[in-house]
Amino acid sequence: MFMNDGTSTWMQAEVVESQVHFTLTQLSRACGVEDVEITVLVDEGVVNPSDSNRMFFDAGALSRARIALRLLNDLELNAHAAALVMDLLDEIDEMRGELTHLRARAEVKC
Amino acid sequence: MEFKDYYAVLGVHSTASQDEVKRAYRKLARKYHPDLTKDPHGESRFKAVAEAYEALNDAPKRALFDAAAKRHKEGKQYGAAADQFNATGSGAWQGFSGAHDGMGNGSDMDHSDFFASLFGQAARASAGSGGKSGSRFSGQTERAKDGAGEDQHASIRIDVEDAYLGGHRQLTLSYPHQRGQAPPARQIDVNIPKGIRAGQHLRLAGQGNPGWGNGPAGDLYLEIEFAPNVRFRVDGRDVHIDLPVSPWEAALGATVPVVTPDGNFQLSVPANSVAGRKLRMKGKGIPNSVASQAPGDFYATLRVSMPPSDTHAHQDAYRHMAEAFSDFNPRAALES
Repeated sequence: MFMNDGTSTWMQAEVVESQVHFTLTQLSRACGVEDVEITVLVDEGVVNPSDSNRMFFDAGALSRARIALRLLNDLELNAHAAALVMDLLDEIDEMRGELTHLRARAEVKC
Repeated sequence: MEFKDYYAVLGVHSTASQDEVKRAYRKLARKYHPDLTKDPHGESRFKAVAEAYEALNDAPKRALFDAAAKRHKEGKQYGAAADQFNATGSGAWQGFSGAHDGMGNGSDMDHSDFFASLFGQAARASAGSGGKSGSRFSGQTERAKDGAGEDQHASIRIDVEDAYLGGHRQLTLSYPHQRGQAPPARQIDVNIPKGIRAGQHLRLAGQGNPGWGNGPAGDLYLEIEFAPNVRFRVDGRDVHIDLPVSPWEAALGATVPVVTPDGNFQLSVPANSVAGRKLRMKGKGIPNSVASQAPGDFYATLRVSMPPSDTHAHQDAYRHMAEAFSDFNPRAALES
């Protein structure tokens, strides 16, 4: 995956979003927390496993889990409140996307 | 080094109770948290607020800060108390200091030099990543056995052109180290895959914190950001530019040159175009990293640029236009 040319090392990076699936333990490690903290986020519906045994996660779970954990730590929220904030952020993102789309359509009509 | 008044940062008096400090922090954190605000200065403001809270929410640290503030007020060197604190934390590990252009995601905060000088590197280590991910390095007993190194996160800023064509970035990584020792640094060149988008992550296997004993090193995750670009705006895979055209190019139609990160093209502007009209160049946005899936589109939004009327000939031309368009009212929509 990498080679050394004497001065620095060339690294071949993986694009997480298109190449990586996480196990529960890998996701916990990537977020720097214990498994139980990810399990709590799963219970609250913040991150959704991609299998019925709740053992595997797609790459989008990494961003979502990290945002939720930052909210938990930085805003001193509990998991339920963090999940609520995540839902509201999703809704704001969706509305911003719709607004951008509507503005673009309005500009095209001008 | 500039003295930081942590009470002023939180907007509380130096006699504020711990509850008042907490309330002030929570209010400001909600306002400036980078995950909650689009304010471009939110992240730096949040870091300042979080650092102030970290200093004032812990009684021993607050006492140290109060003593330093008193000395500062008296015109003395405030850093003298640092040794007192350092003595309690000697041998602690320093947090990951990150890849080049900035760590910077909420709790992955880096402290100011003022904080470090006042509380010492020990404080940096104990609170380096929200206080949790740093914990595996905090105990001598845990380090005595084999264990995997921690995964680490940083952000990396690339140009839009890199997303079109692929590229590489050289990063300097430094790792946890004992206080008093130079941080071991290493340079790596990272391939930026074609088709990468803002918000996606690159994983560099084995480039996180080293393991201890025979444990494997952690991985390094790099979140992609696009550097601000005066010419191109990026929305997902779509790329937008403002395309200036003359009034006659917009009115009569023209073929105009357009510079994209993918090369130069000739774009046909239809006759009777108006300012704000969007022209799409299908498939000329950011390529898809999965070859079988569609690339983004490139949009040029027309901006009609008025020529100056600084000569008699130019003024005559505008007068002729006025005569030809005597029934044109640009404010008709305001009057209806």
